[in-house]
Amino acid sequence: MEKSVNYGDHDDLNLEATELRLGLPGISSSSDIGYEKQSSSASTVVVVRNNKRASPEGIMTQESSTKSNSSVSDARNVGPDSHHQPLAKAQVVGWPPIRSFRRNSFQQKKTDQGDGAGMYVKVSMDGAPYLRKVDLKVYKSYPELLTALENMFKFTIGEYSEREGYNGSEYAPTYEDKDGDWMLVGDVPWDMFIFSCKRLRIMKGSEARGLGCL
Amino acid sequence: MNYFPDEVLEHVFDFVASHRDRNAVSLVCRLWHRVERLSRQRVFVGNCYALSPEILIARFPGLKSLTLKGKPHFADFNLVPHDWGGYVQPWIEALSNSRIGLEELRLKRMVVSDESLELLSRSLANFKSLVLVSCEGFTTVGLAAIAANCRFLRELDLQENEIDDHSGHWLSCFPDSCTSLISLNFACLKGEINLAALERLVARSPNLRSLRLNRAVPLETLQNILMRAPQLVDLGTGSYIHDPDSETYNKLKHTILKCKSIRNLSGFLEVAPRCLPAIYPICLNLTSLNLSYAAGIHGSELVKLIRRCAKLQRLWILDCIGDKGLEVVASTCKELQELRVFPSDVLGVGHAAVTENGLVAISAGCPKLHSLLYFCQQMTNAALIVVAKNCPNFIRFRLCILEPTKPDPVTMQPLDDGFGAIVQSCKHLRRLSLSGLLTDRVFLYIGMYAEQLEMLSVAFAGDSDKGMLYVLNGCKKLRKLEIRDCPYGDKALLTDVGKYETMRSLWMSSCEVTLGGCKTLAKEMPRLNVEIINEHDQMEIGSEEQRVEKMYLYRTLVGPRKDAPEFVWTL
Repeated sequence: MEKSVNYGDHDDLNLEATELRLGLPGISSSSDIGYEKQSSSASTVVVVRNNKRASPEGIMTQESSTKSNSSVSDARNVGPDSHHQPLAKAQVVGWPPIRSFRRNSFQQKKTDQGDGAGMYVKVSMDGAPYLRKVDLKVYKSYPELLTALENMFKFTIGEYSEREGYNGSEYAPTYEDKDGDWMLVGDVPWDMFIFSCKRLRIMKGSEARGLGCL
Repeated sequence: MNYFPDEVLEHVFDFVASHRDRNAVSLVCRLWHRVERLSRQRVFVGNCYALSPEILIARFPGLKSLTLKGKPHFADFNLVPHDWGGYVQPWIEALSNSRIGLEELRLKRMVVSDESLELLSRSLANFKSLVLVSCEGFTTVGLAAIAANCRFLRELDLQENEIDDHSGHWLSCFPDSCTSLISLNFACLKGEINLAALERLVARSPNLRSLRLNRAVPLETLQNILMRAPQLVDLGTGSYIHDPDSETYNKLKHTILKCKSIRNLSGFLEVAPRCLPAIYPICLNLTSLNLSYAAGIHGSELVKLIRRCAKLQRLWILDCIGDKGLEVVASTCKELQELRVFPSDVLGVGHAAVTENGLVAISAGCPKLHSLLYFCQQMTNAALIVVAKNCPNFIRFRLCILEPTKPDPVTMQPLDDGFGAIVQSCKHLRRLSLSGLLTDRVFLYIGMYAEQLEMLSVAFAGDSDKGMLYVLNGCKKLRKLEIRDCPYGDKALLTDVGKYETMRSLWMSSCEVTLGGCKTLAKEMPRLNVEIINEHDQMEIGSEEQRVEKMYLYRTLVGPRKDAPEFVWTL
């Protein structure tokens, strides 16, 4: 199955045409007919290898194996007016060629960082019948988050102070961090908090006032 | 040479270290073959299906270190179905039933089960070193067995494996009597780790030189570990996030000052860039830096870090470094030998990707560069020609233009001339990966000039069977050829069938080879296994004309493999 990229009129190798010259491409000498011919057809070649690769059904589409192979040869012989159509990267299996471990770890990172998908964590409140979820990515700071929680559960929280926590309030916002420990919301920088927070719990009553009583 | 007793020959052969040289030695005559095989301790098997465990054990009774590779390379990119094969179990069973005192096992792209690991740990008393790269099929239960039973374990190195993480307690399975660890790498584990057990393990391992942590290890633990192990040469941090104003961070800064031996640095799987200054003091000592998983370091923080690493020989980085960042690398890292630039955004078009300009800058600034893996937005012939001129010493040149079949954006030409310049200039080139718009011409150049080429990876390239034939005819040292989505058919496949016995393997997927062509090949070459992967039941046995979606052939001493799944047909 020979495609027509002409190096001349014959099947023999036209050595002059294929001579490697280390000049910049596009500089042609009169003997280099083959190269010019080739360049005019190659410059606007549309390469669509196996239509199924670009199909919107996505990467696992397998068309019948009896489908004709003409898609390739037709595509390559398209005339000079056709545009170069890039294959949609996301739809080509195994491209770009990076190890699946690496590929999966980036997708994992994207989920962690909540790119587009948000960074949702569960919020429980002592005494409430059901839990809620908030997207931490939506807030830029602690006050914003706390206000949102106050609105969500209809309660008020006191002022945060490093010394006394949320003393003066019946409630204390806490979170479970990556080590599984329950921490008071507000001690660490916001950026660090959103990475380490796995879930939120709004403590109520004497439990909440625990630190203040020490 | 007949006058020398065997011991003398053996002593001479001791100085012959490389696998290839030893293989050559064994072919000289029967005497040499015998002496060589009895004294051989390290064996490399590039394709686990090329021979059987029994053959290996019979030939090399003194085997101490075995390297095995399983699945074809394109399995890394999801082109090989799960369950294709590459099981290590038969090898471990055979070794455990033999008298071989295996001490080191290195596996790549193999399926390793917990059962295999347990068997290994219980039957090989002297086992010292386990290295698993890109493997799958095991869990932390298997790791626990290794930790618990291998009394003399020196090395446990897990690189980019898919491991099911059931619990972090495998670390606690190292007995208190285990003090022999030299190298521990569990960076690819996704789950939690028993931090206290880790710290105790480090504290009782005075020979520890290499430690790579996973994401679950926080900065506090890193601090504690470095206090106990300032002798580390190779460090992979886990989570590198903390408040830079904290006591812990302050302690870390001081502790790192004592770690004067660190030469390899990696990790930063999660990172707070404001904490990076703690590592500045050791940057000048670094010869190897892997930030390819550190998506959190970019822009000026990244450049600031690299500017301090003047002695780097190996750098793995993400393309968010940009062309400007690569210019900094070029002006700072004059000793650079290996560069890998990975894509940071695999799904879309990267806004911060690198182009030909970054590569040209590197080639101009780093004359010692010999290994390159470069994922980029675009490439030009002019740039490749300059790179070829600046760096004639390339051994490995792998270029991946993210968009398949993209031409030179300036001239709209194929990249034939650029790659041609590379193969013509780099006379020691052993490995080449192509991308971009390419015609048969590039293969003509490769066949003509790439005399040392051993491995070639081709995708979406060429126009006709001629392309593949140029390569098969011209590259005398070719060992591995892998092709996807190219218009090569039966003529290319069948013109020189003898060639495949000189090679380790050939992979062709989404090409034009037919079932009939593959059958013909299998018939003519009985010492090859010609395997067809028939996914989704797309092939019928009868029709010879139908295209084969995936074909993998390899030379073998042991005929068709018995563990092939249903969808793999050995013709």
